[in-house]
Amino acid sequence: MSTTTTPEVRTRRSAPSYQGFIARHAATTPTYAAVLILLVLLAGAETFLPGNFLSPGNLSALLLDNAYLLVLAVGMTFVILTAGIDLSVGSVMAFTGVLGAQLLAQGTPAVVAVPAMLLAGGAIGLLIGVLVQYFHVQPFIASLGGLFLARGLAFVVSLQSIKVEEPTVLWLQQTRIRLDGWYITPTGIIALLAVAFAALVLHLTRFGRTVYAIGGNEGSARLMGLAVARTKVTAYVISGLCGGLAGLLLTAYSGAGYPRNGIGTELDAIAAVVIGGTLLTGGRGYVLGSLVGVLVFGTIKTIISFMGAEQSWMQIIIGGLLLLFIVVQRAIVARSERQR
Amino acid sequence: MPADTEVPPVVQMRGITIRFPGVLALDHVDLTLRPGEVHSLMGENGAGKSTLIKALTGVYPVDGGTITVTGTDRTFASTADAQAAGISTVYQEVNLCPNLSVGENVMLGHEPRRRGVIDWRATHTEAARHLEALHLDIDTRSPLSRHSIAVQQLVAISRAMVLDSKVLILDEPTSSLDRDEVDQLFGVVRDLRDRGVAILFVSHFLDQVYEISDRITVLRNGALVGEHAVADLPRDALVTKMIGRELHDLESLSRTAHRAVDRSGEPLLSARGIGRRGVLEPADLDVYPGEVVGLAGLLGSGRTELVRLLYGADRADVGHVSVRGERARMTSPRHAIDRRMAFSSEDRRGEGIVADLTVAENIVLGIQAQRGWARPIRRSERDAVVAEYIQALGVRPANPDAIVGNLSGGNQQKVLLARWLATAPELLVLDEPTRGIDVGAKADIQHKVSELSAQGLSVIFISSELEEVLRLAQRIAVLRDRRKIGELDSGQVDLDGLVDYLANAGKGSAA
Repeated sequence: MSTTTTPEVRTRRSAPSYQGFIARHAATTPTYAAVLILLVLLAGAETFLPGNFLSPGNLSALLLDNAYLLVLAVGMTFVILTAGIDLSVGSVMAFTGVLGAQLLAQGTPAVVAVPAMLLAGGAIGLLIGVLVQYFHVQPFIASLGGLFLARGLAFVVSLQSIKVEEPTVLWLQQTRIRLDGWYITPTGIIALLAVAFAALVLHLTRFGRTVYAIGGNEGSARLMGLAVARTKVTAYVISGLCGGLAGLLLTAYSGAGYPRNGIGTELDAIAAVVIGGTLLTGGRGYVLGSLVGVLVFGTIKTIISFMGAEQSWMQIIIGGLLLLFIVVQRAIVARSERQR
Repeated sequence: MPADTEVPPVVQMRGITIRFPGVLALDHVDLTLRPGEVHSLMGENGAGKSTLIKALTGVYPVDGGTITVTGTDRTFASTADAQAAGISTVYQEVNLCPNLSVGENVMLGHEPRRRGVIDWRATHTEAARHLEALHLDIDTRSPLSRHSIAVQQLVAISRAMVLDSKVLILDEPTSSLDRDEVDQLFGVVRDLRDRGVAILFVSHFLDQVYEISDRITVLRNGALVGEHAVADLPRDALVTKMIGRELHDLESLSRTAHRAVDRSGEPLLSARGIGRRGVLEPADLDVYPGEVVGLAGLLGSGRTELVRLLYGADRADVGHVSVRGERARMTSPRHAIDRRMAFSSEDRRGEGIVADLTVAENIVLGIQAQRGWARPIRRSERDAVVAEYIQALGVRPANPDAIVGNLSGGNQQKVLLARWLATAPELLVLDEPTRGIDVGAKADIQHKVSELSAQGLSVIFISSELEEVLRLAQRIAVLRDRRKIGELDSGQVDLDGLVDYLANAGKGSAA
C-alpha cells in the first residue's frame, strides 16, 4: 500500500459577511441584546420620567436592592447551563434566612451562624443534585421537591419573623462605602464577588468547561470521558450555596428572617438568567449576562415604582420580555442547527 | 503491509458475553487488535458490532469474558476508564459539543493549566498542533457547529490523539461523507496506522473495508464467525459469512419485479399539481393498484417532501389529491390513514419506532390507532398478529417482548413495516426503508415489498440506492432540485440511463 498524501482540508474560514458574523457570535448575541435593552430602559426612564432617574443614588440602590437576586441568578446560571433548572432557591433563601436569624437570636456567634446558613443551602442543593444525577429524576420535579422541603423547614424553624440584632450581619447592610453620590454596601460587594468568581470558574476551570460541555451534549460529554456526574451534582450544590448566601444577604437587607420570604423569587432568578441570554436548553450563556438580566429586572421594578404604577405591570412587562427573549433564543438555536 | 502476526496485540477480548432484556447480544466473542493494523469488524445489523465496541469502550459492562490491554486484564466501568487505558472512539453521529469551539473540543478535559486556571492561548496552540498533525488547517476558535460532519469527525480523531490513544475505534465514520471526504479520512487513518495505532474500523461499505483493512473479523447473530486476513477473504465469501446464506435471493428479485402492471383502470392515488412554496414545485403523480412507484433523486431533491405532501404530514398549498377518483382532503396523516394509506418515515428513531416499548407493542400501535381507544385488541388476537409478522418479516430476535430500542436498525425497520402492514393498507409509502441496514435485512424487506405488490398492494418506494429502486419499481419518478423532472419505465432503463437522466434530463446538452 503506497503512502498517500493527505489533501489539505477545505474549510469555511470565517467569511467577512453579516451571516458569518451572526453565526460566529450566536452565543453572545442574546447577552448583547440584554445590554441594549438595559441601556434603552435607562435612557428611556431618564428622558420620560420626571426628576433625575439616572442619579448615582438610584443606580447604587439598584445593586443594593437586588443583591440577593443577583446571587440566586449566579447559582441558577450554573444549573441552567447544564440544561437543568432549580426551583428550590427562593425557599432555600427563606429557610437559611430564618435559620440564621434564629441562631443569631439564640446567641450563636455569626462565625458559626453564617457557615451554617451556607451549609444548609448547599445540603439541599446536594440532595437535588443526587436525585437528578443518580435517581434520574427530572430537575423540575427534584427541585420542586426541594422547594417544598425548604419552605417546610423554614416554617419548622419559626412561624414568625425573627428580628436580627447581631451587629456583624447588620454591618453588611448598613455600611456605605461612598464615592461622590455613589455608594456600595458589603452585600453589594459580596454579590459582585460572587459574579466575578462564577465567571472565572466557568471560563477558566475544567469544571466550568465541563458545565458547558454537559449543556451542549450530555451524552457526548460522557463519551469524551468528562466527569459528568460530579459536575452536575456540583452545579446544584453551587445553586444551593448561592441560595444560602442570598438568605444571608436578604436577612441583612431586611434586618430579619421571615419564613414567607422569597415566594416566587426562584422564578425571578430564572427570568433574569434567561433575559441575560442563557439558553434554557443549556450550553450557552454567561454569568455576566445574568448580571445584566438582574439589572434589567431591577430597573423595570424601579421604573414602575417611580411611575407609581401598579406592581402588576412589573409582572406583565417581565412576562413580555421573557417571551420575547425565548423567541429570540429559539431563532438562534434554529439558525445554528441549520448551519450544520 | 504490516500484517506481521508476531507483533504482540494491544487489545485481546476473550469470550465476551453480554445480555440485554430478552436478547443475548454477544455470545463468547473474541477480538484481537494489533498495533499498526486496520481491523474491520463486519456483520449484519444486529450481529453485535456496536455492542462489542461498547463493551470495549466501557459503555456496557460485560457479563462474561476478559479484556486484556497491553498484557494487563482490565474492567472498564466508564468511557473515561477506557480512554485512560488508551482506547478512543469516533462515532458516526460525532460525539462532540457543538456549542464549544473546535480547539476546546479537541482539548476538553486536558487543557493546559497555569496557576490552576486554563491557559487558553496554550490550549488553542496545542489544539492547532494536533489538528495540523492530521493536515487540518482550521481556526481553532471557530464554533464546532460551523464545520461539516467530515471535519467534525477529524476533530474527534484529533481529540483521540490528544489522549495518546493506542487504539482508535471508528464506528461507521464514512456513512455521511462524500468520496473526497472519505479519501481524506482514509489518509489520516493510514497515517495513524503507520505510527503504530491499532484501528478498529466498522462500515457497511464493502469497497471501503477492502480499501483500508488489513484484517477482518466477522460476527453473526451475536457470535464470532471468524477472523481473516483481507487477502484470504474474497468479497463473496465475506458476504456469505455475514448473512449466512447465499445472495441468490437478491438476484431473483430482478425478475419478479418487472411484471406488467395494469394501468388501464383508475389510479389508486392521483395527485395533480401538488406542491408547496419553497419545498416542492407542483408535481403530478399516479399510483395504480399493485404498482411499485420508485422515487429517485439525490438527497434534498424533494423525494421525501413529495410523499409528505401526499400523506398530509405537511400541508400542500397548491394542487389536490384524489383517491380512487374521488377528491380527498389530505391535511393531516389522519386523513391519509382513513383512506388506507401508510407512511414509514425515513427518520426511523424520531418518527418511527417507540424505542422504550416492546416489539409487540410497537407492531400493534397502528391497528390500535385504527380501531380507536375504546376497542382494545384482545390479547390472543394481538399475540397472533404479532407472531405472524415476526415470522413473515424475520424479525430478530423473534421475541415479541424484546425492547425495540435494543434491536438493530434493520430489525427496527422490520418492526415498523409490520406495524403498517398490520393495518392492511392499500398504499404503502416507504421512505428510505433500507438505509443503514445490512444486506440480509435489505433482502428481506425488498422481498416482502415485491411479494405484497404482486398481491395488489400499491407502494411508493424511496431509496438513495438507485439499483434498489430499479430492482423494485415498475415505474420511477425522477426528482431534482425540488422538482419532478419526469418518469421512466424501469424495464426500459438501466442504472447508467437512470443516473444520466437524473443528472442531465431537461438541461439540454449537458457538458
